[in-house]
Amino acid sequence: MTDDVNVLNDSIQYVTVVIGGQLFGLPISRVHDVFVPESITRVPLSRPEIAGVLNLRGRIVTTIDMRRRLDLPPRGDGAQVMAVGIEHKGESYGLLIDNVGEVLDLPSNGREPNPVNLDQRWAAISGGVHRLNGQLMVILDVDRVLGGMAEAIAA
Amino acid sequence: MDDLLREFLTETNESLDVVDVELVKFEQDPNNEKILGNIFRLVHTIKGTCGFLGLPRLEAIAHAAETLMGKFRDGVPVTEAAVTLVLQSIDRIKQLVADLEASETEPVGDDRDLISELERMSEAGKPAIAAEAPKHTEGAMVYQVLERQLRPGEVSLDDLERAFREATVDESVFAVQAEPEPVAAAEPAVHAEPAAVAARKPAKAVVEAKEDGEGKSTAGSVSSQSIRVAVDTLEHLMTMVSELVLTRNQLLEIVRRHEDSEFKVPLQRLSNVTAELQEGVMKTRMQPIGSAWQKLPRIVRDLSNELGKAIELEMVGQETELDRQVLELIKDPLTHMVRNSADHGLEGPEARKAAGKPEKGTIRLAAYHEGGHIIIEIADDGRGLDVEKIRQKIVDNGLATEFELEKMTEAQIFKYVFAPGFSTASKVTNVSGRGVGMDVVKTNIDAIGGTVDLKSVAGKGTTFTIKIPLTLAIVSTLIVESAGDRFAIPQLSVVELVRAQQNSEHRIERIRDTPVLRLRNKLLPLVHLSKLLGITAIGGDAREPVSEEDGFIVVMQIGNQTFGVVVDAVFHTEEIVVKPMSTMLRHIGMFSGNTILGDGSVIMIIDPNGIAQAIGPSQAAAGIEETEHEEEKARDEAQLVSLLLFRAGSDQPKAVPLSLVTRLEEFSVDKVERSNGRDLVQYRGSLMPLVYFDEYAQRKTEGGLPMLVFSDAGRSMGLVVDEIIDIVEDRLEIEVGSERPGVLGSAVIKGKATEVVDIGHFLPQAFEDWFRRKEISAEALTRSLLFIDDAPFFRNMLGPVLKAAGYRVTVCASAVDALAMLEDGRKFDVVVSDIEMPDMNGFEFAEAVRRHPRLRSLPILALSSVCTPASIERGRQSGFDDYIAKFDRPGLIAALKEVSNHEMGIAA
Repeated sequence: MTDDVNVLNDSIQYVTVVIGGQLFGLPISRVHDVFVPESITRVPLSRPEIAGVLNLRGRIVTTIDMRRRLDLPPRGDGAQVMAVGIEHKGESYGLLIDNVGEVLDLPSNGREPNPVNLDQRWAAISGGVHRLNGQLMVILDVDRVLGGMAEAIAA
Repeated sequence: MDDLLREFLTETNESLDVVDVELVKFEQDPNNEKILGNIFRLVHTIKGTCGFLGLPRLEAIAHAAETLMGKFRDGVPVTEAAVTLVLQSIDRIKQLVADLEASETEPVGDDRDLISELERMSEAGKPAIAAEAPKHTEGAMVYQVLERQLRPGEVSLDDLERAFREATVDESVFAVQAEPEPVAAAEPAVHAEPAAVAARKPAKAVVEAKEDGEGKSTAGSVSSQSIRVAVDTLEHLMTMVSELVLTRNQLLEIVRRHEDSEFKVPLQRLSNVTAELQEGVMKTRMQPIGSAWQKLPRIVRDLSNELGKAIELEMVGQETELDRQVLELIKDPLTHMVRNSADHGLEGPEARKAAGKPEKGTIRLAAYHEGGHIIIEIADDGRGLDVEKIRQKIVDNGLATEFELEKMTEAQIFKYVFAPGFSTASKVTNVSGRGVGMDVVKTNIDAIGGTVDLKSVAGKGTTFTIKIPLTLAIVSTLIVESAGDRFAIPQLSVVELVRAQQNSEHRIERIRDTPVLRLRNKLLPLVHLSKLLGITAIGGDAREPVSEEDGFIVVMQIGNQTFGVVVDAVFHTEEIVVKPMSTMLRHIGMFSGNTILGDGSVIMIIDPNGIAQAIGPSQAAAGIEETEHEEEKARDEAQLVSLLLFRAGSDQPKAVPLSLVTRLEEFSVDKVERSNGRDLVQYRGSLMPLVYFDEYAQRKTEGGLPMLVFSDAGRSMGLVVDEIIDIVEDRLEIEVGSERPGVLGSAVIKGKATEVVDIGHFLPQAFEDWFRRKEISAEALTRSLLFIDDAPFFRNMLGPVLKAAGYRVTVCASAVDALAMLEDGRKFDVVVSDIEMPDMNGFEFAEAVRRHPRLRSLPILALSSVCTPASIERGRQSGFDDYIAKFDRPGLIAALKEVSNHEMGIAA
């Protein structure tokens, strides 16, 4: 019974996204909105992961190309792009992803640690893995996605 | 009304209202220490401020009330009568404040009645205190001793507060707040005269007075006119208005696309309202600059004592308003500059008397608006900057060499006071002279997009002029395009826009890969915005970044650096609201922020300082300074000369003084036409003969022909070379002479053996009469000229120039030899002499020539790199007919012509 209680209390809702064919999950509490990025302004001299800045309802949002962040091959021309809007330390960011899937309610005790042989770049920003039917969902740790970049800049 | 007083009134009225409420609460709950503490503090603050402002009546009442409340705090039972008395005191204070507000002076009157009541009441509590004394802290006793010595207590506290106010600004707030408690706690024991209380009568009087006061007070009291709002609230309001402005811009943009929109009229109205709202909110952020000056009179007064100088501080335009953000940022620089003026600028009283000035020195602060900027001037009527001292300091600190200094104008030398680690005060006082200061001032002012300039007249004084934008929140920018992206450049740093085109007057020339622009005799270093930002156009349309040959050049000036930024297109100017960049982008020095444009897109705002840094101070500043003074440069072989390096014929680099070259061109081979056995190109509507550096080399059959163009009196020739390498600054010292025609010799330039080319050899190849055409009938008018210069370089370089002007030139390496030659009877029509020479300098030479009876009327021209008014005067006194700057070829020719004509006129 205690297990069941834990499961009920500790389930986390994830917004699933697809980046380069891989399923990722972001805690729904961190996702502010999902939007189609339009007219992104490039920022010269910025880190390669930064796709640019855009205007989202009067706010300037810094967009991060998650494919580049994850060291994945770039999107083909004309491929669909979506963005997940998140807040980090009072600033607005948009993570560019390929597609948004459904919202999943997953028990936190179903989360497994990163496989030890996971690519370092991925392991650094992953908060664990969930086994779903037929595929794995990697949990994106938003703070580490952005914090890692800020640290790299500071360094 | 005095700002300080106004503030006091607002504050006091607020405090009094609170005290009223608190006192009532206190009466009901006499054991609540917190409430008592509150009241105590408020009354104490009022007392302190009154003392500071010199309001003795208010102060006395507040003091007495405070004493009584001190008793309460020490455990005296709180009686109704006592509270009533305190309330009466508060009412009296209110009445006085109301009068003060109406008349701006404290009303005359006596409060003895109330005060004695208060004192009596305090004394009544004394037995209780005495009984309980052992329980109370010993600290109170210690303070008591202190307090006794300082009696009357009001004054001592006052002094204390003043002392704190003078202490470093940051700490004063804490100090004032922290200190009152113990001092006040000691006071109960001070007024120790046992007496009983009968509060009825005075209370009545007070009530009457109060009514009276209320009857008088008009609707427009200051306290009700102003409310205090937290800065955060204003900031938030400002942000929201900025958003509104952006949204309005967006709407306007949409309506612009739909001609007959019904939204047009209401939108116009919205637009106007928004503009007004924006202005209104901006106003709330505005503060008179006087608030930044408030501390200054005090500082000057203290400095005046410390330095033993009588100083008067004049302040003009205190009411000039500017954004409080900007105000905060200039406070410290201003204070520093006033200190500087007092310490360095003004002389001591004796020196002033000796100079015939009033003993009292004046520092004048003035502020006024000028086209979206605020100008602040700090002027003193002191001794002015000491050029010699600054010069010495510059050399000592290795900021520039003596040679460089000789070329500089006073204004340029003065600019060094803003250099880091620069202070001319020979001794370090605690006022200034620590070598930090002016550079910090400049950095601070630069940071807010302002500029600082100075003017100084020896013996008359120094004036610093600061120019700063009114606000930092909204910036007027120029929207430009580079590599397909748009960027905003703050207009404050844009000097002008130049359209560069192939055939226009302003053309971009290249020195190897470095583009430069000749703009009104200045060489402007150019930089491509796209290269600076490392961007290329996106997309497959392969839109080449617009070539240097046509594009827009945004001429920017940052401090003393001027440079051109090449962009592909210039759109319009737009008032933008600067939004801070994300932390992830903040490390990029090229941008100061970003914003949303009217069309909804985000645009990056270029930071001019970042660009200036990227270009590098050496390139931009040096480039300008040197080209500006190119003619004055180079005095002898030990001096730096701008040299154009190129390759022609062989791999060995070749050099020619840049000042001799008119332009650099490149023509494609198929533009070259052959006529009458020579190669020509059509150049600016006429034919220009080409001369090949190496006549026998294989001619190129395709591609471009780089060439140096030499022009003189409307004629041009192109010297075709293989490749233009660079422009360098180096000493030109010909170490190995040359037998080969066309080459003067070899010199080490930038560590490489380089052939120095004799342009004089090539000129006649283009026009055979290049050197002779000015003569009307060759020999008859060929005049003889003696040219004296100890530097072989100038002898070699100017020799051909003088020949070109139609003279038979005799060169001579020393003035002594030249004088001997002249005394020997050699005849010359004119003498051109250098000034700085060993053994006998030009001045001595001229004097010697003038002393010689036969040579008295011989025209002598001075040719020197030092062209200051003083040296020109000296030259005139020595007997020179004219004084010309070296490298001022046209000037020399003109001067020669003049003396010759004059001569001929006399002869005829």
